[in-house]
Amino acid sequence: MYEKDGEKYFVFDSHLHFWDASPANWIPGQEQYAKGWIECFHAYMGLAPPETHWTLEHFQKYSVDDFGHDVFENGHVDHAVFQSTYLKDWYITGFNDIEHNAALLSEFPGKLLVNGRWDPRDGEAGLQQLEADHAKYGIQGVKLYTAEWKGASRGWKLTDPEAVPFLEKCDELGIRNIHVHKGPTIWPLDKDAFDVSDIDHVATDFPNLNFIVEHVGLPRIEDFCFMATQEPNVYAGLAVVIGGLMHARPRFFNKVMGELLFWVGEDKMLFGSDYAIWEPQWEVEGFIDWEMPDDPEFSDYPRLDTNGKKKIIGLNAAKLYGVEVPAELQLANGGEPAARDDAQLVEGAT
Amino acid sequence: MTAVPRQTLEDHVLTALGTVYDPELDQPISALGFVGECAVSGGGEVAVRLRLPTPQCAPNFAYLMAADTQAAVLAVPGVTRASVVLEDHYTGAEINAALARGGNFDDAFPGETTGSLDALRELFRRKALVARQARLCQGLLAEGATPEDIAGMHVADLPEGVDGPRCRELRRMLGLPHGAGDAMLVAGDGSRLSAEELPRWLRRARLMTLSLEANGEICRSLLAVRYGCSDHEEVAA
Repeated sequence: MYEKDGEKYFVFDSHLHFWDASPANWIPGQEQYAKGWIECFHAYMGLAPPETHWTLEHFQKYSVDDFGHDVFENGHVDHAVFQSTYLKDWYITGFNDIEHNAALLSEFPGKLLVNGRWDPRDGEAGLQQLEADHAKYGIQGVKLYTAEWKGASRGWKLTDPEAVPFLEKCDELGIRNIHVHKGPTIWPLDKDAFDVSDIDHVATDFPNLNFIVEHVGLPRIEDFCFMATQEPNVYAGLAVVIGGLMHARPRFFNKVMGELLFWVGEDKMLFGSDYAIWEPQWEVEGFIDWEMPDDPEFSDYPRLDTNGKKKIIGLNAAKLYGVEVPAELQLANGGEPAARDDAQLVEGAT
Repeated sequence: MTAVPRQTLEDHVLTALGTVYDPELDQPISALGFVGECAVSGGGEVAVRLRLPTPQCAPNFAYLMAADTQAAVLAVPGVTRASVVLEDHYTGAEINAALARGGNFDDAFPGETTGSLDALRELFRRKALVARQARLCQGLLAEGATPEDIAGMHVADLPEGVDGPRCRELRRMLGLPHGAGDAMLVAGDGSRLSAEELPRWLRRARLMTLSLEANGEICRSLLAVRYGCSDHEEVAA
């Protein structure tokens, strides 16, 4: 819980990790990729306030105590979801697979959920694994990383026919929250790897599922916004927007937030720290303090009031994950977070 | 053939590098800081080292920048040889080897492509045109022009500076009308935008501007962190 100026906020971090990217976990022969990946992440940490930067060594592998301190003690987070990211072609035990993340559930009882994953290229064995993960961990969501390598393959799309049984299985098991993360490599290499149009198709085909587009589709935020405004079950994951722009590029942060509020709406935007890339403390505090500047440049963007901030920082995601929120932290006016009917076409959007 | 003095040649090569655009961001690679080093020898041999914000920047755009750099440098009179090396990138070895042997994208990544990069390049030129037109339009509105004024303007009225000439260039490359008497702002099919259409078009189009500018800013930030250069917020060029 975070309290500021007499207002109390329930903080739900919809995107964090407990990873091991230390050299001991690099697969022999794949060191350059394992090293490049974590160094790329570490560069993103450079967009945070300098006093929150870590050494690369610390960033490669941090302890359970670090996690508890950074997320729950200092970070104001009430509840969080691990977005398991496997990358087992590069890391021996994976970058942060479900098992590695789940080891923390008992350390912080009642505060953490873990999401699973699937990969259409795994076929029948993957479907069985998804069922097993659901039975064992009660997963309510998955994190899909479409640019993940697998043998000679360089990624996949949600519209691949092989993905349909997995989406159907999620629907059947009630694994409702599908977090999608686009990355720079996908086969074929001559196509735009960041294209989000596949999400548009499956969001229409699977109306019971929620599609949370991580880092709001960046670097294709325009395509993401045009899609999200028309699909009631597409949500914006704010990791990278808050972590990457709020401190380093405040003017662009204002504009990106303004566009998201206009096209996507405050009911469909979810805070995520992407810890350990960024520490939640400065993100939560900075976001609650943020106001759209009173400047002609930003004059026709919607404004975000305290209720809107409460939704984005926690109530929307808590709703999607069915996490109970204490009465004193719910919306003062009895409003409903994560309301799907907010997703009607905005005037002027077509 | 008369040899070009080395200093002059260096100037010409640098000018040529300024014409190479990051196809995704539509900004010159030199302005983005992607040219790590450019060395010109007395014999007209040019060696360029390119560096990108992350080791995993998309291989397709990385290849286009490297290949465009090589072509631009080779086109400078007096250049006898151009060696372009993409450094610190996970597909650098493949791209550098393909460029050195005069190969194309398919040669760099055999079996991992289904065609050339022409469609990708065209898609991003279209995005770039929308983004630049939106920025121009916003500037004119801020100066007091009405949608009717703007809808009645022609290519000849395109403001000087960065966006106007680049719009003309993008329209030429996309095969869209770009003569002095053609409409100043066009839809994707080259047709004139009417005054009535303009506000709705702008609401969408300026999101494209923001996308390209914000991506450019993230790239600049990451490059600054990676290579220790200065970093500051600026209006995209």
